[in-house]
Amino acid sequence: MNFTGSGEMFNDAFILGCSAIGAGLAVIAGIGPGVGQGIAAGHAAAAVGRNPGAKGDVTGTMLLGQAVAETTGLYGLLVAMLLMFVHPFKTN
Amino acid sequence: MLLSSDDLGFMIEGVFSFKIGDHTLWITTSHICLLIVFLVLVIFSFFAKAALTKGGEVPSGFRNIVEMIVEMLDGMVDNTMGKFAPSFRNYIGTIFIFILFSNISGLLGLRPPTADYGVTFPLGILTFTIVTIQKFRYQKVSGVIKGLCDPWPFWLPINLIGDFAVPISLSLRLFANVLSGTVMMALVYGLLKVIAYAWPAVLHVYFDMFSGAIQTYVFCMLTMTYISSAMETE
Repeated sequence: MNFTGSGEMFNDAFILGCSAIGAGLAVIAGIGPGVGQGIAAGHAAAAVGRNPGAKGDVTGTMLLGQAVAETTGLYGLLVAMLLMFVHPFKTN
Repeated sequence: MLLSSDDLGFMIEGVFSFKIGDHTLWITTSHICLLIVFLVLVIFSFFAKAALTKGGEVPSGFRNIVEMIVEMLDGMVDNTMGKFAPSFRNYIGTIFIFILFSNISGLLGLRPPTADYGVTFPLGILTFTIVTIQKFRYQKVSGVIKGLCDPWPFWLPINLIGDFAVPISLSLRLFANVLSGTVMMALVYGLLKVIAYAWPAVLHVYFDMFSGAIQTYVFCMLTMTYISSAMETE
């Protein structure tokens, strides 16, 4: 915890703290896929209600669409993981 | 309760290293887990082949299971790819079984090999290579150029980015899903060590089995969709 000695303005503790805040902000990206997957699942449920015979097809299509919609949330997760565990902004 | 990230065992760890010239190469936990998955699959395939070749008129026991798996995978490929299915049954079935075993190997205490970007990116590259080759085979060079300049010629860079985003998004999706499961399990076992009895089994069922199976299915479905859309000629 050397805040004065090194003469650098941004020392490691500061960078680690900011990285943790940034990681927390990055996983807010999870909101979007949550809403999107919920909408997809709701419409799939409505589709099965109208046509119960097509349950298998509807489920497959829903899962595929949800997995694609999930990608943006996963990018947020990756950014958070990189900030937390790889420390890309650390000076040494 | 303050723990550093060193106590959470989800990072890839080096097991031993050797030098080639100036480079230090590490054999990591990913290599070893991959080797274990590979050996399990090879042994399984030997038993499956033995069961399929001997057997009489009526299949029984282990042979039933193997035939069920093969029929399920072939049915999946047939449903998605239609007339293009016969030449891709082997490839899709192979990557399906490989990714599925890799994903659920977290149940056995291994670090899933697919939670390493070095494992999933080659899978994405394989898909990309197949898609590109089929595109050139079926649409010819003129068709590929026409597809790249689809609405207008100055759309070319965007179409190129769209093509190159396919392997990256495919592999990142698989990697990040498996990694998130691994991290969650490591957090449970690392931070709640005192009360982590029996109930993490529920989380294992979700993160390792359900999520792993879904992601396997999605990877194969998307690969098949990309390949068949590359092979369609107007």
